[in-house]
Amino acid sequence: MHDNRQDAILARQSFIELSARARARALLDAGSFRELIGPFARMTSPWLTAQGIVPQADDGVVIAKGTLDGKATVVAAIEGSFQGGSLGEVAGAKIAGALELAAEDCRQGRLTQAVILFETGGVRLQEANLGLAAIAEIHSAIVDLRQYAPVVGIVAGTVGCFGGMSIAAGLCSYLMVTREARLGLNGPQVIEQEAGVEEYDSRDRPLIWGFTGGEQRYETGFADAFIADDVADVQTQLGALFARGVPARHRSDRHGDFLARLARVDISRQADSAMVRALFTKGEQA
Amino acid sequence: MEKIHLEYPAQQPAARATHVGVVGSGDLEVLAEPGESGKTVIDIRTSVDGSGPVWTAQLARLFAAGRLPAVKLEINDFGATPGVVQMRIAQALEEIGHA
Repeated sequence: MHDNRQDAILARQSFIELSARARARALLDAGSFRELIGPFARMTSPWLTAQGIVPQADDGVVIAKGTLDGKATVVAAIEGSFQGGSLGEVAGAKIAGALELAAEDCRQGRLTQAVILFETGGVRLQEANLGLAAIAEIHSAIVDLRQYAPVVGIVAGTVGCFGGMSIAAGLCSYLMVTREARLGLNGPQVIEQEAGVEEYDSRDRPLIWGFTGGEQRYETGFADAFIADDVADVQTQLGALFARGVPARHRSDRHGDFLARLARVDISRQADSAMVRALFTKGEQA
Repeated sequence: MEKIHLEYPAQQPAARATHVGVVGSGDLEVLAEPGESGKTVIDIRTSVDGSGPVWTAQLARLFAAGRLPAVKLEINDFGATPGVVQMRIAQALEEIGHA
């Protein structure tokens, strides 16, 4: 039995350990991967070098087109190891542009679905408002495209998905998370700084994952698939979500239900993981 | 950030282009393209100020003899150690077919 477990672990190909480009390639049908605005296009950030920061040739975002189970698919993959996966003017415009073109293709009768690999702390502070504007464009592009074809978000880890891009994740037709993933509007350090260490200790990993971790987000209905850190499992579950088609009602259309639940929070006592789980799993989940 | 420009003698141009690595902590990315016949040109942007002599010494060992194909290398470095630099350049040269 011990040997079986060992074999299973050795046979598994980690998805988290792959670079953004390798992740995009792993999700598309073999041989169909075609990168758009790749590193040799040298569409780099004009703002980082001006501030003495080494840029990356693709600005940390890989846009790829190909097929997934034979269906036209565009993948936008954020590279978490470059500047924490932060989105500036160019990186954000690449994602927004890819999604806008996919929506235009759908309107022209060429159905194109999308996958976004979130590995990001949100806006790139060095590019401030330009990054925020790009993230807003990504939001509206997701809302546009998702009427025609599913937009599936994946938060694999280890960076997680925070800031304005957590809103983008919330707007997706479907969201997939691993145990390593974290999803939240503010990162733990920001909350600790604002609310105090007694309220939220950013070094307390069980506490942080208990609120924003992938398993908790899945159990409380903020994600649709809980995936293993395994390329084969990611492929299978991604295919299953696309097979469900455009959802009749998107998660973000249920804001009324979420707000009603938040209104029931008893702020006189310290929130914990179990309380959040009870709050979001009890009653109707229309 | 510091910029370093280096030129070395070389053979015929490399056959194709390749991209390896990421600009992540302790790593670097290398964009390798076919160069002008007989000449290798390397442009480095590094986050480690004052590391020019180390880069010059390390790349001279690889390229100064002029036995490698002509390439145009663009390197974006985020504090990679010479060992990592060596492996990334070897990876790039292997992918363009000249290991």
